[in-house]
Amino acid sequence: MARRICALLILLLISLPGSLIADGHPIRFGVTPVFLDDQLAFLAVWKAYLGKRLGRDVVFVQRGNYREITDLLRSGKLDLAWVCGYPLVQNREHMKLLAVPRFNGKPLYRSYLIVPGDDVGTRSILDLQRKVFAYSDPDSNSGYLYPQFALLQLEQDPGSFFARTFFTWGHRKVIEAVASGLAQGGAVDGYVWETLNLSHPELTGRTRVVERSPEFGFPPLVARPSLPQADFLALQEVLLTMGQDVEGAALLRRLNLDGFEAGNAHLFDGIARMARTVGGGSNAAALP
Amino acid sequence: MLQRFRDLSFRYKVPLRACALVVITACLVTVSMISKEYDELRSDLLSNSASLGRVLSLNLVAPLLHDDAWRAFEIISTPLSGEGDNPLLTAEVILVLDPQRRVYVSTQPTHFQMLSDPARVSPEFRIVKDWLAANTQVQPTQLEPPESDRIFVITPISADGVDLGTLVMQYSKSVFLPRFYSIAQRAALITLLVVAVLIPVSWWWGRRMAEPLVRLADGMAKVGPRIPEDREIALYESKDEIGRVGVAFRRMLGELREKENLEREVVVSDRLAALGRLAAGIAHEINNPLGGMLNAISTYKRHGNDDNDAFTTKTLSLLERGLLQIKNTVGALLVEAQVKSHPLSPQDIDDIQTLVLADAHRKQADLTFANDLRGVLPLPSTLVRQILMNLTLNAVQAVHPQGHVYVRAYIHGGSLSLLVKNNGTTIPAEVMPHLFEPFAHQSESGHGLGLWVTYQIVQQLKGEISVQSAPGETRFTVELPLPQDEG
Repeated sequence: MARRICALLILLLISLPGSLIADGHPIRFGVTPVFLDDQLAFLAVWKAYLGKRLGRDVVFVQRGNYREITDLLRSGKLDLAWVCGYPLVQNREHMKLLAVPRFNGKPLYRSYLIVPGDDVGTRSILDLQRKVFAYSDPDSNSGYLYPQFALLQLEQDPGSFFARTFFTWGHRKVIEAVASGLAQGGAVDGYVWETLNLSHPELTGRTRVVERSPEFGFPPLVARPSLPQADFLALQEVLLTMGQDVEGAALLRRLNLDGFEAGNAHLFDGIARMARTVGGGSNAAALP
Repeated sequence: MLQRFRDLSFRYKVPLRACALVVITACLVTVSMISKEYDELRSDLLSNSASLGRVLSLNLVAPLLHDDAWRAFEIISTPLSGEGDNPLLTAEVILVLDPQRRVYVSTQPTHFQMLSDPARVSPEFRIVKDWLAANTQVQPTQLEPPESDRIFVITPISADGVDLGTLVMQYSKSVFLPRFYSIAQRAALITLLVVAVLIPVSWWWGRRMAEPLVRLADGMAKVGPRIPEDREIALYESKDEIGRVGVAFRRMLGELREKENLEREVVVSDRLAALGRLAAGIAHEINNPLGGMLNAISTYKRHGNDDNDAFTTKTLSLLERGLLQIKNTVGALLVEAQVKSHPLSPQDIDDIQTLVLADAHRKQADLTFANDLRGVLPLPSTLVRQILMNLTLNAVQAVHPQGHVYVRAYIHGGSLSLLVKNNGTTIPAEVMPHLFEPFAHQSESGHGLGLWVTYQIVQQLKGEISVQSAPGETRFTVELPLPQDEG
């Protein structure tokens, strides 16, 4: 399949000199609810923008969790995907770093530990022992890996520390679960919390950030390794220069991002270290 | 109070009863409307919550199988998130209990925390848990703990017969209240409108019903020592029961009046008869010595001493004149029916006119005579003439100058009728009962025996005499039955 597409692409590149990317199957862009869930209107605009810049159709593929997106990418059914640093370090051979978003000037973000707004006593994750805790996704760094790692650092067993844990399969829903009181604590992507704090302060206002983690590499955009180099470069070019035109800048504002940069694999070394400490990778999702 | 109502006039009692009936009917209708509405409300809630429970429990199977608490939370939160929905059908709280009957998720997570025992939060869940322990249900069931204002709808969540948990929806009965109040308010308003329309109508109608009865009662109340005249009593004319009572009442009054008149007449005639007997007795007793005395004087005058001195002659004359006057008076009192006289002829009546004419001229009265008799009647002419003479002279005396006197004699129903009327002075009511008594109303022109004599003659002739006197007309009527031919 991939070879046929490559052959077709080469053929098209020969037949249509001057075109950046040969016309062919649409670019398939995987996004996860960890990040961009229920922003259909935004995706439609972004899709149109990318399509215009690339000269090709772009199709956004949404799935319920990271795992499915990772699997689709590994099996070549997606050309690129916006994933988390955790899946990247676990699947280095199946993912090729395409671009890293820049947030507050840096390609970095943090994991936030949040509690309901009316909980004024909690000072650290240790205060949440025997409580109900919400994770976002077992393949999320900020929403799962980091809190697990933090508990291990504090010599606690992440599997029995909480009375009960559950996954919401989305950072926003972690915030909602904590805000509603369903969970007495939750781990959430700091970028998502800050972005929602701008657009939905009434939601984040019902939560309180207790702890902020050290900085990690921002969830990157990755491509399948088999993606033709021309396509890869074309996509990278479009992403890296998004801030240079009005439409792209507006989209970045809506994403609350400064832009994209090529980034480098070492950005995610911290995540890789934590993954080794926690062990077992994504397969060890702490299902109670 | 009850007694006071009992004593109340029908004028108020009937309308009050009609109004009470209206109010009671309206209230009953309202209450039945409200209770029906309440039942419908309740069954609405139950059927809605049961179907909601079925849908939710079906959707909860996968999240429970996968232990996806967040998804379960999202599912049970959906029915409560709709704003502007019928608040009646919105549960207060929805819980999913795990097979150990702990809270799996709830829509009030801070209240019913995950893994907590719901009975600790709300004691009513003790009953729910007990019920769950005792029953293995399949269908949504409604549970109403006693002395609780809550209703629980319990739906099992199971797959392949394996118990995954239980869905509990808690409804407050207080959600009925606003709806219930609005229904009650509307019903009360309609009732008030109906009552406002019907009360005046039934009041008016009730009064109308009571009115004939009230009038009848008023009319009856007037009957006392005096019998009221017909025109004094206003009764409803109708053929219904009250109308019939009214007719009977009038008839009774008429009979009472007649009886009263009759009694009065009997009293009068009894008295006159007694007087007549007394007068006749006295007259007889006087007449005999009187005749003797007059004879003696006459004999003395004829055969007495020729040398009667002037003094004796004068004295005897004086005695004779006095005795004659007594004789006249007694003779007038003593009505002699056995006087021989010829039968009555029309000429006798005409004679009366001739005889009275002089008096009439003197009085400048207008005398009209209508003599309808056409033949000889078997009645004593002397007596009839005396009756007519007396009545006509009385009439002439009663009229003012230029007054009218009308006299008529005619045959009517086997009787001779004599009618004498004038437009002179009215006879006062207090005089009427004693009109025919002797010396009852003496005047300068007569000794007051005229009517007495007339009455006695009429009595002896088995006739009747009556008098009506109203302003402008006084009339005397005499009815004398004609004796039947014997043989």
